[in-house]
Amino acid sequence: MSDVKDENRARFGVPADSMVFARGVRKSYGPLEVLKGVDLDVPVGSVACVIGPSGSGKSTFLRCINHLEKLSAGILLVDSQFVGYDLRDDRLYEVKDDLLCQRRAETGMLFQSFNLFSHMTVMENLIEAPTQVRRTPPDQAKAEAEILLRRVGLLDKVDRYPRELSGGQQQRVAIARAMAMKPKVLLFDEPTSALDPELVGEVLQVMRDLAESGMTMVVVTHEIGFAREIGDQLVFMDGGVIIERGAPREMIANPVSPRTREFLSRVL
Amino acid sequence: MGVAHPNEIRIEPGVAEAVSRLTVVPQRRYGIWVGTGLALLVAFLIIRAFASNPAFAWPTVVGYLLHPSVMRGLGNTLMLTAVIMILAIIVGTVIAIMRVSPSPVLRSFAGLYVWFFRGVPALIQLIFWFNLSLLIREVSLTIPFVGTLFSVRTNDFMTPFFSAVVALSLCEAGYMAEIIRAGIKSVPSGQAEAASALGMPYRMILKRITLPQAMRFVLPPTGNEAINLLKMTSLVTFIAVDDLFYSAQSIYARTFETIPLLIVVAFWYLAVVSIMSVGQHFLERHFGRSDTRRDPMTLRFLRNVISLRGMSR
Repeated sequence: MSDVKDENRARFGVPADSMVFARGVRKSYGPLEVLKGVDLDVPVGSVACVIGPSGSGKSTFLRCINHLEKLSAGILLVDSQFVGYDLRDDRLYEVKDDLLCQRRAETGMLFQSFNLFSHMTVMENLIEAPTQVRRTPPDQAKAEAEILLRRVGLLDKVDRYPRELSGGQQQRVAIARAMAMKPKVLLFDEPTSALDPELVGEVLQVMRDLAESGMTMVVVTHEIGFAREIGDQLVFMDGGVIIERGAPREMIANPVSPRTREFLSRVL
Repeated sequence: MGVAHPNEIRIEPGVAEAVSRLTVVPQRRYGIWVGTGLALLVAFLIIRAFASNPAFAWPTVVGYLLHPSVMRGLGNTLMLTAVIMILAIIVGTVIAIMRVSPSPVLRSFAGLYVWFFRGVPALIQLIFWFNLSLLIREVSLTIPFVGTLFSVRTNDFMTPFFSAVVALSLCEAGYMAEIIRAGIKSVPSGQAEAASALGMPYRMILKRITLPQAMRFVLPPTGNEAINLLKMTSLVTFIAVDDLFYSAQSIYARTFETIPLLIVVAFWYLAVVSIMSVGQHFLERHFGRSDTRRDPMTLRFLRNVISLRGMSR
């Protein structure tokens, strides 16, 4: 395994501490090009926040990271490995579904609409993937799930159905569900956009705790305050390309590009 | 002019008395009175006709209600309905999964299946399968260099009962496929996406996430289909399967007590449908547990069902 990683590092110049490594990522739907060459480095244990107007391609880029969308061109490595391909002799062979699923399980994803399984209780939501995909014994999966639920402060909701929870609680359960697969990186797709304003704080608090515990995170968000406080790097995307990137505080205070300045003035 | 302050309003005794003296006079709904009168009149006429017309021959009806051949026919009708419904659900699920498959070939195949088996009248399909031997004389399995493993004359296995099961299962599967497809489509796509992001493969997502959630949308129309099917099985009379209707027919062909026996048949169909409706109610309540509200998903499902209803019967 590490041979593959070393080879990729040497070949593509992947830094040793890289968790997400994107070079020249393009994505088209027919004639419509959504991503027009995106480069990004997310080191292990860091938080990258991606902002930008809707339709700028930031959600598509996020979905490329765990191969929910196939790239049209460019490369995207997670932990110095391709998610959906095996590289042999300059050819990228698409991997079989079960291997793809195993690798995809190493990147957790959170959605704007939470997407908890609505026919399952909170506990069932948490142990579904570990027991079905990883074949973890149910007792062990339950014990681990309880630890995670305690971490997000929802241990008392184990037997509730998602519709009985508030949006903020659902998103916290969704975070615990993603963590149950022990992912190397968490991808957040506007995790607080569907929440009532007074519920945003509790979800951001859980994300802050995760970041402090050393979780690598890529967060597509409109919460500029969160990006400034927690983000290690801030990326502004527009029209399928990265316009500007940098340390969050400086970039928010002194954006270089006029487009960044205009966007920030509208959301701040 | 002072501004009235809410907690300072005091009701004078005279005003209170004037308020309590008021009575509400309901709106006169003459149309409803007329309608009620007409309905009662019609009900009276029908009951009188039933009671006074000797051609109904109620004692004969009662005499045949538990007649052994009627009972045997009822048993066959129930068995046909159960067997056909189970097969239709299995085949229908497979066709529905093909209809939502990423492969355009599978999708088209399933589309053609539904188009054909829903489009051709059930009676014609029934008689077609019954007469399959006119098309295919025998069925055999021959492997090159090994020889013929077995060979059966079509007429030997295409008994009336078997052709009824094959014909009506395939036909009913067309309807079930559309119901199940509508159910699958009603599950928000985010559910499958989240499962996929957790590393679940396609088959597992279908089995553990999509189909279970589709169930609660699929159940009510499936109950209706089962009731329809129960009645549709009376078509097998045409190919001489000994069902409820056929057994009644063979009695009145002999005794000419046509009307009483039709009443016996109607009674048993109504009785079974009533029991099925009660069962359906409890089944729906069971599967509605995790969501009892009318949410946008339900509305979307209703829209899907209505659009397929419009194309079918």
